[in-house]
Amino acid sequence: MEETKEIIKPEEKEYSILNLGPTHPATHGIFQNILKMDGEIIMDAEPTVGYIHRAFEKLAEHRPFYQIPPITDRLNYCSSPINNMGWHMTVEKLIGAKIPKRAEYMRVIIMELARIADHIVCDTVIAVDTGAMTGFLYMFQWRELIYEIYEEICGARLTTNIGRIGGMERDFSKTAWAKLDKFMKEFPAKLKEFENLVMRNRIFIDRVVGVGPISAERALSYGFTGPNLRAAGVDYDVRVMNPYSSYEDFEFTVPIGTNGDTYDRFMVRLDEMWQSLSIINQAIKKMPDGPFHADVPDFYLPPKEDVYNNMEALIYHFKIVMGETDVPKGEVYHCVEGGNGELGFYLISDGGRTPYRLHFRRPCFIYYQAYPEMIKGGMLSDAILTMSSMNVIAGELDA
Amino acid sequence: MAEIITPKINITEKPPGHEGHGFFATSLDKVVGMARKNSLWPLPFATSCCGIEFMATMGSHYDLGRFGSERLSFSPRQADLLMVMGTIAKKMGPILRQVYEQMAEPRWVLSMGACASSGGIFDTYSVLQGIDRIIPVDVYIPGCPPRPEQVIDGILKIQELVQSEAIRRRDTPEYKAMLAKYGIE
Amino acid sequence: MENTLLNTVSEKLKSKFGDAIVFSEQHYDFPVFVIKREKIIDIIQFLKDDPEMGFGFLTTMCALHFPENKGQEMGLMYQLQNMQKNWRIRLKIFFPINDVVVPTATGLFAAANWMERQEYDFFGIIFKGHPNLKRILNMDEMNYFPMRKEYPLEDAAREDKNDSMFGR
Repeated sequence: MEETKEIIKPEEKEYSILNLGPTHPATHGIFQNILKMDGEIIMDAEPTVGYIHRAFEKLAEHRPFYQIPPITDRLNYCSSPINNMGWHMTVEKLIGAKIPKRAEYMRVIIMELARIADHIVCDTVIAVDTGAMTGFLYMFQWRELIYEIYEEICGARLTTNIGRIGGMERDFSKTAWAKLDKFMKEFPAKLKEFENLVMRNRIFIDRVVGVGPISAERALSYGFTGPNLRAAGVDYDVRVMNPYSSYEDFEFTVPIGTNGDTYDRFMVRLDEMWQSLSIINQAIKKMPDGPFHADVPDFYLPPKEDVYNNMEALIYHFKIVMGETDVPKGEVYHCVEGGNGELGFYLISDGGRTPYRLHFRRPCFIYYQAYPEMIKGGMLSDAILTMSSMNVIAGELDA
Repeated sequence: MAEIITPKINITEKPPGHEGHGFFATSLDKVVGMARKNSLWPLPFATSCCGIEFMATMGSHYDLGRFGSERLSFSPRQADLLMVMGTIAKKMGPILRQVYEQMAEPRWVLSMGACASSGGIFDTYSVLQGIDRIIPVDVYIPGCPPRPEQVIDGILKIQELVQSEAIRRRDTPEYKAMLAKYGIE
Repeated sequence: MENTLLNTVSEKLKSKFGDAIVFSEQHYDFPVFVIKREKIIDIIQFLKDDPEMGFGFLTTMCALHFPENKGQEMGLMYQLQNMQKNWRIRLKIFFPINDVVVPTATGLFAAANWMERQEYDFFGIIFKGHPNLKRILNMDEMNYFPMRKEYPLEDAAREDKNDSMFGR
């Protein structure tokens, strides 16, 4: 049939280029996307990353084993205890140390608190990007309480450097237990309040359902892991498939989504927060007595009273601090379930005081590649929501 | 958390001057300084972990908004205070410089965290060892990341600088010489 | 389970590819296979498509640099995973430093795109057939490959830090 109207053919259209630049209030982190847009619809995107490349892998080759946790802290800094524990477990796998149950349960509590902290940031920021600022302000009060718990345990709020190779540096103090109990008593009600604000909210659902979808096959091809993959429908959780640190003792379900869109990612993270609360409750109830660190004198600093009174402890202290202990040669890979997915540490040790090669398998870096595919055909505001729902942390992206 | 606390509202002190019925006389720069310091609009140039600690400072527990910084400006043309929070890599340097140059006078720069002040723990080939290599900095806040109380302390120091500054410092020769050193006209 | 995984995969690979497998060993809980460079993509394709093997997930990939092994200085490590059966293996290839061309795996796994760009950026390995091989994390103007062992960690041009004080 003859068309009498003038139709603009795709080749003759003029597209506009929009620079969603590195400094932008809505991109939570510094990465750049150059978007080719047809009006409001995104035709193509080209991401540029590396604006906060801090050369972690090279830095790790020049630091002794116990000086690497501060570097791992700054990978996914919203949930830094998980990164720390991952590194400690990698070295413990290399040296073949067996960690006592009490230390493992303490680690589980800390890691699940970190997961809750990370998911609070992601979920409230998704809400902020749709315009709902209230959830963010209210939930951050509770995130302050998590910070206070970390401060009691290790002294720092955000970049915690928690735990040591061989266990934990000290037992939980009474104040730490008191704060933990307060958190466990009061947080579930507040989480329910946040849920009620957002989960069945008509505006929120209209903004996030069907936005930025990805199918399970494409997600697997892109190397997705963690909540983004579970939102696409694949139930892969490192805590279930390769349990570490006594996760097999705890009962928890792994929430899965269906479409892999923003709503699924939001809900998976929300559900995971409930599961983390349940795991922490189980760990507190079943906490066994015992030592809080393994017997690895080559890596674990002896207590100060022994150092001042006992010659052997003094020598061990000196050797550990100067980095003169014998580290076994070998290559090991260990992965933990970070806030964003499988965070892996590939360590090659040649017996020296620093690793020969340390490679971080960073989930954010791997799944951010899929971002152009996820936003193609959507609108600009959907692209912003997709980015915040993927929980891209710039520190982990660039490392 | 449960009971409602009514806060005691503090009003900022008026500068020394001569008061009478219906008028108040003081020097212009004192009034301008007082107005500027209590309504600083920060530009949070948050790159990494210090940015999360800044989010905690802006939250209701530590509340930076009580010092007048409630309205964050993400556009450099509308901001007074550039808060650089987090590691600045060499790739990011030109962008930071561009943002600084877009800010209109009067402008101040606050460098939060060890990475922005001096490179921090990242003494590597890709990290700029301190933002004062490319832009002039007024206040440095050390820490990795600094506690929210330290951030507030830094903001208070900026406020002192703002209060005691001449109205048009951009015309003073020292300031011009400093900008020339950085290559900013 | 691990030992039989090493043997199962090893037998399958040997029967199909024969001498492309240089050797195989078990490192902690991972079977590791050292492969000849030319056959690596065929082997990964076989491991992905074969219904018994089913290694359809590329966990990670990283490059290695051993300056002492003359003739085999650069290496590349792939980690594959079979999520259904929870199997993980590691494949490694080694090649000389003056011939750093490796075929790309982007046709098999979309995840390999940025991973290979990262290894190009850090070590200078050229991936033949990569759609967009340019630097990803470092500045585009950088003219050396920083992760190689001969380069220092610190920026050589900085003048404010006194190296003797830092024990360097």
